[in-house]
Amino acid sequence: MRIELQKRANTSTLFSILSPLLALALTLVAGAIMFGLLGKSPLGALYIYFVEPLLDVWSLHELAIKAAPLILIAVGLSICFRSNNWNIGAEGQFTIGAITGSILPVLNPEWHSPLILPLMLVMGMIGGALYAGIPALLKTRFNTNEILTSLMLVYIAQLFLDWLVRGPWRDPQGYNFPQTKSFQPEAVLPEILDSGRAHLGIIFALIAAVALWFMMRFMLKGFQVSVLGQSERAGRFAGFSARRMVWFSMLLSGALAGLAGISEVSGSIGHVQPVISPGYGFTAIIVAFLGRLNPLGIIASGFVLALTYLGGEAAQLSLSISDKVSRVFQGLILFFVLSCDTLIHYRIRLIFNPSTAQEGKR
Amino acid sequence: MFEAILLTVITASTPLVVAALGELVSQRSGVLNLGVEGMMIMGAVAAFATAQLTGSPYLGILGGIIGGGLFSLLFGFLTLTLVANQVATGLALTILGLGLSGQIGEAFVGMPGVRLQPLVIPVLSDIPFFGRVLFSQDLIFYMSVALVFGISWFLFKSRTGLKMRAIGDNHGSAHALGINVVRTRYLAVLFGGACAGLAGAQLSLVYTPQWVENMTAGRGWIALALVVFASWRPLRVLAGGYLFGAVGIGQLHAQLLAQSGGIAIPSQLLSALPYAATIVVLIIISHNRRTTLINTPASLGKPFVPDR
Repeated sequence: MRIELQKRANTSTLFSILSPLLALALTLVAGAIMFGLLGKSPLGALYIYFVEPLLDVWSLHELAIKAAPLILIAVGLSICFRSNNWNIGAEGQFTIGAITGSILPVLNPEWHSPLILPLMLVMGMIGGALYAGIPALLKTRFNTNEILTSLMLVYIAQLFLDWLVRGPWRDPQGYNFPQTKSFQPEAVLPEILDSGRAHLGIIFALIAAVALWFMMRFMLKGFQVSVLGQSERAGRFAGFSARRMVWFSMLLSGALAGLAGISEVSGSIGHVQPVISPGYGFTAIIVAFLGRLNPLGIIASGFVLALTYLGGEAAQLSLSISDKVSRVFQGLILFFVLSCDTLIHYRIRLIFNPSTAQEGKR
Repeated sequence: MFEAILLTVITASTPLVVAALGELVSQRSGVLNLGVEGMMIMGAVAAFATAQLTGSPYLGILGGIIGGGLFSLLFGFLTLTLVANQVATGLALTILGLGLSGQIGEAFVGMPGVRLQPLVIPVLSDIPFFGRVLFSQDLIFYMSVALVFGISWFLFKSRTGLKMRAIGDNHGSAHALGINVVRTRYLAVLFGGACAGLAGAQLSLVYTPQWVENMTAGRGWIALALVVFASWRPLRVLAGGYLFGAVGIGQLHAQLLAQSGGIAIPSQLLSALPYAATIVVLIIISHNRRTTLINTPASLGKPFVPDR
């Protein structure tokens, strides 16, 4: 048996909508098999993993908290990926954004002004953008591969954070725990509803997604992104600068990742500690692809991936399966999305008898 | 003292060299597989599990090779059969590999590992200094050296190697000449996966004989940088691999020295050195656009659908 691809004349609208759903369905099937192999009842486990977290008000708030950074980072990455700039260091930009955003509350714990929060958010965005500016500078100036440099910077950012909270930023009254003092109330991102912990981060995420959707759909900049991404040469003929696009996409995604970082620290953690992210920056790559690099699609896919984190925690508690299952699920989703996306551009044919295929060719 | 440092440098460099050699072959055929980190960690867990269950580190090596190789076929199926985006699929492979290995390795956390013992080659190992350093090593070290020269020969002296380089430089022309592009690339990807798996086996059987989650710690990505550094030439991979290994070991020794000397160098700063060095090396290598363009396989990362 052989698999043969046949190019479609036009991209299939049906499959552009269907492909993410098909991918999710396949992930569920694979998940059921995996739970079966682990000796659990497949359907029961899937219920605990994907449905139960949606039934409590409390866990819906947790869902929003986890979806916020994923959506914020992923919409920025979607602009990068569409313009063919492969920023995979969002985790590092998230970390640096969290650090620069926390400078004010950590160094001025007695400063009680309503100004502090907006300043923190802006500084977080600047920090993230500057950190993403390093691979942008190296790519435009030295022709260096941004995939590798942005990734190496993730490790460096995490080590820097580790040093800060164990060294100069450690709370002297913190019983030697490697963390800073808790932020003053003015520096904490407010909750949106009285019913739970969800904070303003999810609102930022929704605003960013809609704004970038508008840009991609109605503004010249959005058109530049897709033209330069599909063909740099065509973009040059239209007078678009690929170099400037590197800067634009990297700084934008870095700023959004930085905003996600400071929102997470200020909204849901309340202080700075050595580990502030369960890999949001990498999971956001999956979110971006599952949302088909469309900012509105990313809103939906952000909630789906947030659910994999919650499901992982639930599975750990009630099924005593390690929470690493959630990383497996996330990897599987990306695999199935990428496979199903083939259907948008190609018809897939299964050829069972090689000789008939030969005849068809002649 | 110097001899001991050299021995640790070799141990730290071997996985980088082996993984980078596999990726080099895959990239020479035009396939950019960013999943090295994922294949390596799968190799590490497969090797550790096999060695635990059978008690034989040699079967462990085999397990690592098979684990990495099988895992790479997943990448091959997506990018070669379904022509999915290679960058995205490589990332998927890394994410899935890190998750899956954590899940599989759960049962082995904290277990004492089976260490692969050195094979002392008689006579040669009696040569002063070099004998100890080069001829009383473990099997994976000897394999890494054999791979360097074997791949050099294959790429530049054999007919199949020539065909493979042709595919990497222009898959359209190679296809027109009747070379089976997809099949050759499948083999190259499989070879890359097997090498990454072997590198992972070295980590869990030699370098630190135990299973720790995420024990590759970015080595797969450094191996990718090494391929660029080596401008796609096997001998330079060997040189570069030892350079990177030396930086890694150097920072460990610097940490110990700083500790014993009471000098306050933050350990995190030193731990960041290998990653910073990778960035610096990439800048030095790529700043000349022209030589980069000449050395990079021209079809690298581009999708190929045979016209029928």
